[in-house]
Amino acid sequence: MSFLDFSRITKTYPGVKALSDVSFGVDKGVVHGLMGENGAGKSTLIKILSGDQHADAGEISIDGKVQAYASTRDAFDNGVIVIHQELQLVPELSVAENLSLGRFPASAGIIARTRMLDDVGAKLKSAGIDIDMRRKVKTLSIGERQMVEIAKAIMLDARVIALDEPTSSLSSRESEILFALIDRLRGEGKVIIYVSHRLDEVFRLCDSLTVLRDGKLAAHHISLKDVTRDQVVAEMVGREISDIWGFRPRKAGDIRLKVEALSGAKLTTPASFEARAGEIVGFFGLIGAGRSELMRLVFGADPRSGGAITVDSKVVHATDPHGAIRAGIVLCSEDRKHDGIIQGRSIEENINISSRRHHTRFGVLNRASETATAETFIKKLKVRTPSRKQDIINLSGGNQQKVILGRWLSEQGVRVLIVDEPTRGIDVGAKSEIYELLYQLAEDGMAIVVVSSELPEVMGICDRVLVMCGGRISAELTRHQFAEKAILAAALPDKKTPDAIAS
Amino acid sequence: MTDRLKKILLGEQGLVVIFIVAFALVSALVPNFLTDRNMLGLLQSVVTVGIVACTMMFCLAARDFDLSVGSIVAFAGMVAVMASNATGSILLGLLAAIACGAFVGFINGVVIAKFRINALITTLATMQIVRGLALIASDGRAVGINSPDFYQLALSKLLGIPTPIWVLAVLFGIFGFVLNRTVFGKNTLAIGGNPEASRLAGVNVDRTRIWIFTLQGVVCGIAGILLASRITSGQPNAAVGLELSVISACVLGGVSLAGGRATMSGVIVGVLIMGIAENAMNLLNIPAFYQYIVRGVILLLAVLLDNLRSSALGRR
Repeated sequence: MSFLDFSRITKTYPGVKALSDVSFGVDKGVVHGLMGENGAGKSTLIKILSGDQHADAGEISIDGKVQAYASTRDAFDNGVIVIHQELQLVPELSVAENLSLGRFPASAGIIARTRMLDDVGAKLKSAGIDIDMRRKVKTLSIGERQMVEIAKAIMLDARVIALDEPTSSLSSRESEILFALIDRLRGEGKVIIYVSHRLDEVFRLCDSLTVLRDGKLAAHHISLKDVTRDQVVAEMVGREISDIWGFRPRKAGDIRLKVEALSGAKLTTPASFEARAGEIVGFFGLIGAGRSELMRLVFGADPRSGGAITVDSKVVHATDPHGAIRAGIVLCSEDRKHDGIIQGRSIEENINISSRRHHTRFGVLNRASETATAETFIKKLKVRTPSRKQDIINLSGGNQQKVILGRWLSEQGVRVLIVDEPTRGIDVGAKSEIYELLYQLAEDGMAIVVVSSELPEVMGICDRVLVMCGGRISAELTRHQFAEKAILAAALPDKKTPDAIAS
Repeated sequence: MTDRLKKILLGEQGLVVIFIVAFALVSALVPNFLTDRNMLGLLQSVVTVGIVACTMMFCLAARDFDLSVGSIVAFAGMVAVMASNATGSILLGLLAAIACGAFVGFINGVVIAKFRINALITTLATMQIVRGLALIASDGRAVGINSPDFYQLALSKLLGIPTPIWVLAVLFGIFGFVLNRTVFGKNTLAIGGNPEASRLAGVNVDRTRIWIFTLQGVVCGIAGILLASRITSGQPNAAVGLELSVISACVLGGVSLAGGRATMSGVIVGVLIMGIAENAMNLLNIPAFYQYIVRGVILLLAVLLDNLRSSALGRR
């Protein structure tokens, strides 16, 4: 029996069997990967571990003792800490206060500040986390906040720490710091459950691995020595995916989008580039390199201070998204949750929200025409949903992304499609489908611009890559010139060597 | 120059700077403003708003809202007067008023925290219920005070300063301390800043919210007593619209309606700015009808400033 043992865990939600009969064990001092597509049951398993949900059958035991949590607080008190994808910190409080929240050292309700700072300081120091604990959390970078989350687990003397997609919004450098910290925790004999979509990370970090598929245990590897990536992918999707990129060469046509000396607040050098009909152009760079900002300028979401944009040789004068859309430019933004989906509204409405003006007559909506559009795109984009009336929030990330693509494609006359981080937080199977969709759109004559922080993705699907660094375009490579080192070197600010991050 | 000005105005202490400038300007331009008598009058005029703002700050900081404060103040005043008259004991009257305030606040808190009813709706309902109770209890008329000692609550002075102003100052001190130095205060800010994180960290969110509303009721009780004493009767129609003045003062003082952000110093400045504006307009004989417009404009400007400040912070 292992230190942490999942035994025959079963959980049913109305209409779905989220987990059925899942059993596996993890020993102390082990980083254990948990992989699976969205909807495979990872989150449910983590929720049960954290006390947020209860299993219908089966049990979790730690150190031979069966755990029964009434609440997340119970799990906390038993040393089980889950670090969620969306960080659970209070921005207006200081690091020390966040780390003491829920158990402030106090007498008669008055916080003993010196004691709090001493306690927190000692713990941070022993964990080797170097953050000024007096700073308010809102002033920290995302990477630093992640450190604070982990510090929270250390503060509580956690025995089991589960991390849910911890690197999804970290830069490579921040991820490295995180990995070093996880190594340290492993050395201290903690059990670490590492949930991730990223094969590279799992293979680099984890000692053992569990793969879930459709709520069932698809594979359990005690060691990753003889396991290949393709094998894990196959276990996840239940079929062989030899090449998730599925790149198809296309013929580039005339210049569709031409950006000349475009300048704006976040660009250090005016940017110029072009994209041809049928071409997929990638923008790679580290977080903060100015890629998303450049795209927002092109789309008119932020004011430009100079430069010209032409679509099919016609100058775009408008400087707002509405004008850009009329000129045929659309942007799928990076932050799906904030800027993309409209929560609480149906798929149908989410698709039609932008193109609605095409469905009106004397200002009155033509419902039948909206329904037809929704049905068309649900089918065309293979959105997996029981009905077009489904609230978009209930869809998986990949399906939400498809709905948003559908929203833009339902605009007639899209010439330039800009997608910012199109596959962030999306599982392998859905990724392939989205790539396939992009190829199809390019083949139909659209110019496609893909912004991505994932180098393999950029190299896998683009015809041409522009690299950005520090607010300017630092390199341009065509597909036959693609090489990891060259692209990374161009993405890094001068002094760092690519090897430090590429490894 | 403009950059530096911008930095000062949009910094943490921007509001205090604006307050000092406004105070200096009004002192210089408005005759009779900077006199002992007018200063005390000004402070006395903000006592009710100031006292209630102390706990409204907690309420807003926890992402909640309370519209019932005006009604509770009137109701508590009525109770204080009627209970004193009935029992012949002022102390019993005061205790009854505070207990009634606390009870209404507690009910607000329980409905909002336990039954998960939106705070705006809940307190909109209790606002009307409590106002109705005050009107029923008095049959819609003002109730006179029997014992002259009751007047002394508002009239008495300590070191030349009227008691209500002392009460206000003490409450400012207490609630400033509670916000910054106690578990309750930090939990309040945490709940408003990130409710889910607070829950996961083991903060008892429901209990904290119920406490906030109960405290709000207690404080409204105190404000109601002082108001009744000053207007020498229990008036069922007293403090109509108080909730809006109090929320305005808090927002003016930089309390975020989205929760998680509040400072006592900000709220004090907010209360004083409102008081000064009203006082100066009275001294200048500006008709009351115009004063509404000025108050509205001040509030809008404050919110705009706040907006500029958060976007300046975000850009950094």
